[in-house]
Amino acid sequence: MGDVICANNLAKSYGSLRAVDDVSFSVRSGEFFGILGPNGAGKTTTLEILEGRRPADAGEATLLGTPSWPRNPSLLRRIGVQLQASSFFERLTAREQIRTFAALYDVPASTADEWLGRVGLEDKADSRTDKLSGGQKQRLSIACSLVHDPELVFLDEPTGSLDPQARRNLWDLLSSLNDNGRTVVLTTHHMEEAEALCDRVAIMDHGKILELDSPAALVRGLDAPVRMSVARDAITASEAAAIEGVDEVEELPDAVRLSTRSPATVLTALARRHALDGLQVQGATLEDVFLTLTGREYRA
Amino acid sequence: MSAFVSLATAMVKGFVRDREAVFFSVFFPLMFLVLFGGVFADQGQSKIDMIQVGDVALLEEMPAPARAAFDDAFEVTTTDDADSALSELRKGDVTLVVEQRGDEIVVRYSEADQVEAAVAKGTLQSFVQTANVMATGMPAKYQVKSDRVEDASLQTIQFVTPGLLGWAIATSATFGAAVTLVGWRSTKLLRRIRLAPVSTTSVVGARIGVTLLIALGQMAIFLGLAMVVFGLRLTGFWWMAVPLLVTGTLAFMALGLLAGSVFKTVEAASALANIFVLPMAFLSGSFFSLDDAPRWLDVVSHLLPLRYLNDGMLDVMVRGQGPGAVVLPMAVLLGFALVVVLISSRFFKWDDD
Repeated sequence: MGDVICANNLAKSYGSLRAVDDVSFSVRSGEFFGILGPNGAGKTTTLEILEGRRPADAGEATLLGTPSWPRNPSLLRRIGVQLQASSFFERLTAREQIRTFAALYDVPASTADEWLGRVGLEDKADSRTDKLSGGQKQRLSIACSLVHDPELVFLDEPTGSLDPQARRNLWDLLSSLNDNGRTVVLTTHHMEEAEALCDRVAIMDHGKILELDSPAALVRGLDAPVRMSVARDAITASEAAAIEGVDEVEELPDAVRLSTRSPATVLTALARRHALDGLQVQGATLEDVFLTLTGREYRA
Repeated sequence: MSAFVSLATAMVKGFVRDREAVFFSVFFPLMFLVLFGGVFADQGQSKIDMIQVGDVALLEEMPAPARAAFDDAFEVTTTDDADSALSELRKGDVTLVVEQRGDEIVVRYSEADQVEAAVAKGTLQSFVQTANVMATGMPAKYQVKSDRVEDASLQTIQFVTPGLLGWAIATSATFGAAVTLVGWRSTKLLRRIRLAPVSTTSVVGARIGVTLLIALGQMAIFLGLAMVVFGLRLTGFWWMAVPLLVTGTLAFMALGLLAGSVFKTVEAASALANIFVLPMAFLSGSFFSLDDAPRWLDVVSHLLPLRYLNDGMLDVMVRGQGPGAVVLPMAVLLGFALVVVLISSRFFKWDDD
């Protein structure tokens, strides 16, 4: 299967602000693709150009082999778009909402009702959407964008306004979206969300893509140390420093923390000393990647 | 087609479930109809209050038909206490105090309301003259035969119903269009629909269809209530008000489209719609007849679309005019709609940003 999205040298300015600055990438069929970056990084504008909501100043975007601008109804049938959780008709119930959206794509009401079940909202079917919780609204909103079974779906910060618990609940649903070969593009400003869901992540800041790869490869590419901590009575700081491969040792109130670039060797040594009590291992995260790329802390 | 039907269904449900919108577009104007049609209906037909002190032979010996006519004009209370009668006259509770001394009819009145007193004196005088003529035993030489030019049933309700209906339709069409547009744009629903393979015609068509349905519903409720409760009588070509009302709805939806295109919040858009519609309703004769309006007001009101809607409805619904009476108003309203839609298209956006 070829590329579902091709973005070539996209650029878009608002006044003197270069919101999207020479962005190129492609998304493969069936991929779960994330665009990650802080607010104002240019994620949404990139998505708007891809979806055909506005034209790029320069460059071009093709979806499923068709230019996304100008508006093309036959292309719109093949893609799904979720904008934000409040994009609903006023004073309709959950069932009425999704059936209305289904009808826009000539999809029968029965299919719409099935989708309500798939996102776990059967028992809320007769509730007005303004009575639903934030997470329930998001589920409904996602279901509405998938009701016509699109090959490609765009989700703009689907967990943006949710509390951490609701966000994690939604991940199960999101991670199943590309199970049957559907391509998913998601923007997020949550590092851990991109790590948990995406096959590949484009990290954006100031309108540019800084890095694009799988989360694991991005972290590996950092050559960042792995941090391990064990209980203080398991090993002393000086013993720990003597272990081969340990770069740094730090004494915490209740633990000793080691940094290493050869975690396998160090773990073996610790095991030999029976010093694994309270062991915690923490690798680098996308947050470290962002820090390395931009030289500053990630601000969501 | 399924998109059109489902969008229209969603809009109808949204409207019917919006108690505020239903109140302001249907029940609020109906309250004015009840007020004007019911409470103010008897004004101008009230009888002249009169106190008769002691016996007044003129009245008591009046033949039955004359007495009936007299009772239509005067509300007579009888008393023997001349002082208390005069005190009531001074307070303005009655218009005349009448007393007979021999062949002299003494009439006392107050200068406080000169017009009413003059009318009352003149009316009483005419009854006295009639009695004088009868007393001569000769047939009267001259007779006055009067006949008014309007339908005998021409009452307040006839005039207020078309005007209030015009106001009700102007309000709901303008607000419906403005609030839907701003609301849908701010929740991104407008964009979301745009990202579905739906033609603009289906979306706009659904909105127009629903607004027309609401307008016709308003008309049915208005006319039904006015006819059943207040005795409204429609003239021959009243049904020509239906196509007129359709063009009026389009004109005011265009105005709502403009308000919704220019402003970003529901509050600002409905404030603008209010600024358009309410003064227009006053100037266009929705609340009072413009028959006696000064010339400048007449000129100004002919610059407003609601004046044409109101006049056209008055002509065919109660003035008994033919279908031709709505041609000019319909043309003006359609022209207005077209111009305003063109202006709106300069401001219209799918998104807020």
